[in-house]
Amino acid sequence: MLQTKNLKFSYDGKNYLDFPDINCQRGEQWLLLGQSGSGKTTLLHLLGGLRKPRQGEIMINGENTNQLSSTALDQFRGKNIGIVFQKPYFVRALTVEENLMLAQELAGQDIDKDYIFKLLNQLNVGHKFKSKTENLSEGEKQRVSIARALVNRPTVILADEPTSALDDKNCHEVIRLLEQQSKEANATLLIVTHDGRLKELIKNQIEL
Amino acid sequence: MNNIKLAWKNLTNKPLNMMLSLVLFALGVGMISMIFLIENQVQEKFDKNLAGISLVIGAKGSPLQMILCNMYHVDDPTGNVKIKDVKPFLSGRNPLIDKAIPLSLGDSYKGFRIVGTTQDYLGLYDVKTAQGKIWKENFEANIGADVAKIANLKIGDTFYSTHGFLSDGMNGHEHGQFKVVGIFQKSNSVIDQLILTTTQSIWEVHDNHDHEEKALTENATDSHEVHDHDHAHDHDHEGHDHAPPQKPIIEEVDQEITSILIKFKESSKKSFQALTMLRGINENTEVMAASPAIELNRLYDNMSLGESFLRNLAMIIVFVSGLSIFISLFSSLRDRKYELALMRVMGATPTKLFFLIILEGLLLAVIGYVIGIILSHLGMSVFAGQMEDKYHYSFTAAKFLKEEFYLLGGALFIGFVAAVIPAYQAFRTDISQTLTES
Repeated sequence: MLQTKNLKFSYDGKNYLDFPDINCQRGEQWLLLGQSGSGKTTLLHLLGGLRKPRQGEIMINGENTNQLSSTALDQFRGKNIGIVFQKPYFVRALTVEENLMLAQELAGQDIDKDYIFKLLNQLNVGHKFKSKTENLSEGEKQRVSIARALVNRPTVILADEPTSALDDKNCHEVIRLLEQQSKEANATLLIVTHDGRLKELIKNQIEL
Repeated sequence: MNNIKLAWKNLTNKPLNMMLSLVLFALGVGMISMIFLIENQVQEKFDKNLAGISLVIGAKGSPLQMILCNMYHVDDPTGNVKIKDVKPFLSGRNPLIDKAIPLSLGDSYKGFRIVGTTQDYLGLYDVKTAQGKIWKENFEANIGADVAKIANLKIGDTFYSTHGFLSDGMNGHEHGQFKVVGIFQKSNSVIDQLILTTTQSIWEVHDNHDHEEKALTENATDSHEVHDHDHAHDHDHEGHDHAPPQKPIIEEVDQEITSILIKFKESSKKSFQALTMLRGINENTEVMAASPAIELNRLYDNMSLGESFLRNLAMIIVFVSGLSIFISLFSSLRDRKYELALMRVMGATPTKLFFLIILEGLLLAVIGYVIGIILSHLGMSVFAGQMEDKYHYSFTAAKFLKEEFYLLGGALFIGFVAAVIPAYQAFRTDISQTLTES
């Protein structure tokens, strides 16, 4: 469950971004649509606890993340929120498998290699688990970053423009995987995008 | 995966960056450690061989040279002195003197110096024989442990001495024939490198050498001894067969020795007379006296000039290597800011990132330190080999000093300091800002 109320944010203290209230139930898939500069990424960062709002509240699983201490927020984020970024970032010194293990470890979870393999296989990158991430293709990187977002069985998955760099075929594939995985994990999926192709794929939509 | 493993993977992911820092660091640590090792072992050798000797008396010349030659056997003699000129010191009547030990140098065998002396010499270094007995007769010789090993001599072996100290024997006609009667235990003192015999043997070798005489034969008998003894009073000593020591050294007034090592009595060591004796000898007699303590201090002073230059140079290298660790961490952090932000997203606290970077600095320092120590001990083994070849002085590369342990502390400190600023940067990573910058 992901809810916001009266969320406001400002970079400079003068110009405020007002965000519409969000109410996504567990297991639902949502699109957050908006033009460039409309504050989509800012909202995603607020939801993911990467920034603190000026005002308003963000409820994730009944927890007001705005009121957590920064250390508690780090832990909460690691455990409950999976984020897929527009660009797939990795710890470059590590292999695919090690990146996922690091994600489990940093979130304070036990390392579950079986689950890591299962995820990678479901996402069709099982054979790459020993590769360094820089040796992956763009599509593979995106899939590994989806696996990383899912590896701690989060209740909320946030995706920031996950398809903007992908062609139609890969775009459909990535959305299908995100939908499938979030359903399987019974997690709320919120995709932030300006990619019109997604409008037909996901019915629940919020416009900024 | 713990922080150490992660830090290690981060470092090895950029091996070239790491290499430069490591090479510099290892060089600095290696130099400092090498200076420690050489300084320590040279001083230890010198101090051990000081052997309680208060004064060395010999021919006028360079006092340091006289000390180095007669106590450490690394330099040439300053010349010889006649017994009659040094008689008062040898007589045993001087109330200050505990032991006065005559040394006669000038010959060698395979580069090992042959020293004509009395058995008192052994008392200075507290050595014992490992095999055989102590020399008694002329042309009986005792050899140090290293001599036995390197020159491959055993009890009962005979050898000819060579004039001069060169191992190739270029200016050596074959001199007297000596017989090994005893081998000393290894004592880590100069004795290890020496061949000891009676003072009179040296005299005989030189006297006989002038006449192209043959050396001692196996059948030198008691009758010879008597015979020789008689003649020794009537004639000049030259031209006779070798025999055991005849007259006491002190009566051979026209013979020469190289030096006398003087050991004061414990009670008079610090007395006014003992302290002024050095000056008295140098001002009022034809011979020269030198104090090993004073000369060695002078030598250390001279050495410490070069040493402090090297040490400063090493410090600069260590400083630069610290700087290079700093720069390499700092620049790698610029490359890695997204992954640091990502780690924060995945739940890492700022403190965790801080220690990750600190750990990378410390790891570099420790690896650099280990390589440096290995280098310095390799260097030391090369140096030891050279010293052994040149001076027959043995040094070891296998010895580790507590200073080297302190050096590890210093290395860790530098690694820490170099990593602190980059680590603080990592600590302050603003996730959202970093991730939107792309």
